[in-house]
Amino acid sequence: MIEKKILGSHAFIQSLLNEGVDTIFGYPGGAIMPIFDALYDFDKHINHILTRHEQGATHAAQGYARVSGKVGVCLVTSGPAATNTITGIGDAMIDSTPLVVITGQVGALLLGTDAFQEIDVVGITQPITKWSYQIRKAEDIAWAVARAFYISRSGRPGPVVLDITKNAQFEKVDFEYKPCTFIRSYIPIPEVSNDQINAAAALINQAKKPLALVGQGVILANAENELKAFLEKGNIPAAWTLLGSSAMSTDFELNKGFLGMHGNVAPNMKTNECDVLIAIGMRFDDRVTGDLSRYAKQAKIIHLDIDFAEINKNVKVDAPVLGTAKETLPALTDKILHAKHTEWIESFKEYDEREFEKVLLKEVFPTFGEITMGEVIRKVSEATNNEAIMVSDVGQNQMMAARYFKYTKTRSSVTSGGLGTMGFAIPAAMGAKIGAPERTVCMFAGDGGFQMTIQELGTIMQEQIGIKMVILNNHFLGMVRQWQEMFFEERYSFTKMQNPDFIAIAKAYKIDGSEVRKREELDEAIANMLKDDKPYLLVVNVEMKGMVYPMIPTGASVSDILLG
Amino acid sequence: MERKLYTITVFSENTVGVLGQVTVVFTRRSINIETLSVSPSAIKGIHKFTITVYSTLDQVTKVVQQIDKRVDILKAYFNTDDELIFQEIALYKVSTAKVLALGSIESLIRKYHIRIMEMNEHFIVLQKAGHYDETQKLFDELSDSIGVLQFIRSGRVAITRSTVERLTDMLNTIQEKYGNITD
Repeated sequence: MIEKKILGSHAFIQSLLNEGVDTIFGYPGGAIMPIFDALYDFDKHINHILTRHEQGATHAAQGYARVSGKVGVCLVTSGPAATNTITGIGDAMIDSTPLVVITGQVGALLLGTDAFQEIDVVGITQPITKWSYQIRKAEDIAWAVARAFYISRSGRPGPVVLDITKNAQFEKVDFEYKPCTFIRSYIPIPEVSNDQINAAAALINQAKKPLALVGQGVILANAENELKAFLEKGNIPAAWTLLGSSAMSTDFELNKGFLGMHGNVAPNMKTNECDVLIAIGMRFDDRVTGDLSRYAKQAKIIHLDIDFAEINKNVKVDAPVLGTAKETLPALTDKILHAKHTEWIESFKEYDEREFEKVLLKEVFPTFGEITMGEVIRKVSEATNNEAIMVSDVGQNQMMAARYFKYTKTRSSVTSGGLGTMGFAIPAAMGAKIGAPERTVCMFAGDGGFQMTIQELGTIMQEQIGIKMVILNNHFLGMVRQWQEMFFEERYSFTKMQNPDFIAIAKAYKIDGSEVRKREELDEAIANMLKDDKPYLLVVNVEMKGMVYPMIPTGASVSDILLG
Repeated sequence: MERKLYTITVFSENTVGVLGQVTVVFTRRSINIETLSVSPSAIKGIHKFTITVYSTLDQVTKVVQQIDKRVDILKAYFNTDDELIFQEIALYKVSTAKVLALGSIESLIRKYHIRIMEMNEHFIVLQKAGHYDETQKLFDELSDSIGVLQFIRSGRVAITRSTVERLTDMLNTIQEKYGNITD
């Protein structure tokens, strides 16, 4: 189907429609105005969300992508708008989130002249994208958009940048759209090798004490059921990384908890006790492994991953299994024997009990003293029947949410894992709600991170995005304060914060809210927040010097976990 | 771990910005590129990079994986010198008057297998192909005797001793699976 001579800007929108785009997070400006003008005619097909800052647009698109599995799309202008997207692009790269960021650019004739709002977007974004491309003429639009979406969503997903010059938006072009299905220099999903499957299965079948580590790769591959079948057949206890949370429901009996620096005691200790470690779609991040020279040295290591560059990157692997978890897990399940591992699984309990007694009792079930972060998370989670999507910011709030929010559904946890972007929560929660409108979205942020993207309250007001925002207010940059207390002799260098009246700010944006200071008020305030589908801000004043425990200090081994 | 010279070979699509994509992988890990040579390969539309770096086996392995995974890169691998036939080329500009004052340069030409590319009343341009130490030795000898007005040495080009042709094999495999793959 060839439509004769349409404007490049229209060709661009038509290309997006061909890719199934129905939602865009954006912000108009000079060099992208022709595309915004074309968008004006397509308001019935594409829902454009005007954020208050381009960084907000990228995080919103990330939240949208993470809960829906679709590609998140951002549309912004050149220069400062493009540079404002960098944090979100970097975040999407390290967290493997499918994102297409479209930036306007000065006319092709002005390229390289330091024209108004010109910046080298491709040069800046190449190291932090899967692909970054400048469209300089209208004929390239359909080809580049098709390629961008294919690259972004296929294989290990990631961000793609399309930088489109203004002349390309104005030129006329014969429009014909062909989806991209193949790039000869790019093999998104490695073929499953029977030899690799057999080698891994042999190790698992000999294992007396196997432990599986579940990463986001399982969620990205939509392989949650395949994971469950695999774990159940082999009776293999499993723990999850920050981004792998919600791949297994919290009450699944083989789910043994959270890995890493602030994870649960049992899976961290068991990492150094198991005989076979099966890593599935995870990348052995330093926050998971601690000191690599003392990490699972006693175990044979199996690594299932879609990305060959992850194999042997941090941990030397005995049996690599390349491919998507959707294919490798069933292939492996076929080859493994039914097993019980009763004693091994039982042995996790002792650590769980110790952690409950030393940490959870006072953090999650306190009966006196100030409100703790952990109890707020637990109460909000339970008030949603553990069915909500949890979006967290970065720092103590994030670790508490990871530890104590519970899940019954997959794609329910949205947080900035690799980059650790403060300010992620508000816009990501907006995007999550738009990507899963039928679900409750609960956001947790600290008083610091909330103020990094607080301007997005304007977007929430304008679009009436019904997210439930909880500020865990301790008047400190809590995680930094915790480190200062533990490792910097209580020298609280610039971590104390004088905060505004958050409720008054929300009110200025016509968002309802309430503030809680006493434990007795908490249940009712949470119930009140969740009573309808409107945006809401709950500020909970929690203990100032709260600490996240357990903790594996930087450079320590996973088995040197501190309980406080 | 032992640091030594590795030769990295990269085959890429001939698109704008590929060089940048390759070099940032080194920059990020603070690795200096010793030599770099880029030119069209035997296959139309595919460019070949030859890069030499001093590195450890562990580091060069990871670097090559990171390059290989880029979308525009078809294939990347690395070799040590014993696995390669490799060559560099150097040009030397020397003063004609000083060469004449030497009396004879026949022995120099025979010793180094020098070719003369240009000769006029002002200067002579000599060409020598060889390994780094060979082109360097001639430079040192000329510098010590008659002086060198200008000197340039190319990056390394290399061909593997192996009978496996990794790019061709890869392209054939893809071709079998996906059909016509010429862009």
